[in-house]
Amino acid sequence: MTPATLYALTGVGLFAIGLYAFIRHAHLLRKILAFNVMGSGVFLVLIGLARRTPTGLTDPVPQAMVITGIVVAVAATALALSLMLRVVATIGRTELPDDPARRAE
Amino acid sequence: MQTRMPGSRSTLGRRLLPVLLAGLCGGLALTILSLSPPGPSSGLADEVTAALAQTGVTSPVTAVLLDFRGYDTLLEMAVLLLALGGVWSLVAHLPRIDGRPGIMLDRLTRLYLPLMLVVAGYLLWAGGTAPGGAFQSGAVLGAAGVVLTLGGWRLPPRLAGWPLRLVLTAGLVIFIAVGLLPIGFGSLWLDYPRAWAGGLILLIETTASLSIGATLAALFLGGQPRGDP
Repeated sequence: MTPATLYALTGVGLFAIGLYAFIRHAHLLRKILAFNVMGSGVFLVLIGLARRTPTGLTDPVPQAMVITGIVVAVAATALALSLMLRVVATIGRTELPDDPARRAE
Repeated sequence: MQTRMPGSRSTLGRRLLPVLLAGLCGGLALTILSLSPPGPSSGLADEVTAALAQTGVTSPVTAVLLDFRGYDTLLEMAVLLLALGGVWSLVAHLPRIDGRPGIMLDRLTRLYLPLMLVVAGYLLWAGGTAPGGAFQSGAVLGAAGVVLTLGGWRLPPRLAGWPLRLVLTAGLVIFIAVGLLPIGFGSLWLDYPRAWAGGLILLIETTASLSIGATLAALFLGGQPRGDP
């Protein structure tokens, strides 16, 4: 196993942990955090696999993609947090209603 | 507040979820492990190295970002602006009124800020030949803005109107303008003339890093800074 594969496998693990937390937690802030962990896992897979070149030089294309991705992830997180604050201000709770029919019961 | 219905479906789902995720994780791991060893044609590193001489920069990542995949970078800066527009339309005005910062934060801000500006400038300049460039530099500038905000500094109202918007949009506007320039010379959109490519990329990167830094700091602030009416 090369270090590149190890990084990629770690990325897969991060993605799975993030996905688990994303499904399990109802609190919106935890969901946003979990989504960021998932994104970090994807970035780690991309960067890890970019190292798998015959010359040993890192492939610059995935690197550039990840740089753009990180900045977009920061912007998306800021937008998500603003949305969350708006949801909390509107419905007064930090979780989205589960099911409209069930809520009406 | 929250009422969770005890039901067989949710308990079953709760037990099943780790199993399903473990299966997914294992499948992805197997895919990565089963990737064939790198052959002579794997990756785009060779193509990038071969075409590097046409771009006016020697850092392959900067060449990909600003030249080969310039469209992606352009659209990404538009995404940043859109996100800021979304945040500003959701949060009417600056929500937090912080008290005065402690003496520690105040002194550290004064100490760090010049250092951060120097680092941002260095990263921007180094982007032509080494890892670095507009995004890294913009991130440091944005962090400098965050530190300033935490230290109790606010944008003066006379700068919060059009001067702020000018800085926020300058990166995108300059990028589009430089991209349109080659069309006048009978070339393609975003296909910089080879002799000027290095200088044009530096121009785009400088304005882009200022805009990215301002956008990131504004995103952190969360609301539209109050300006003169």
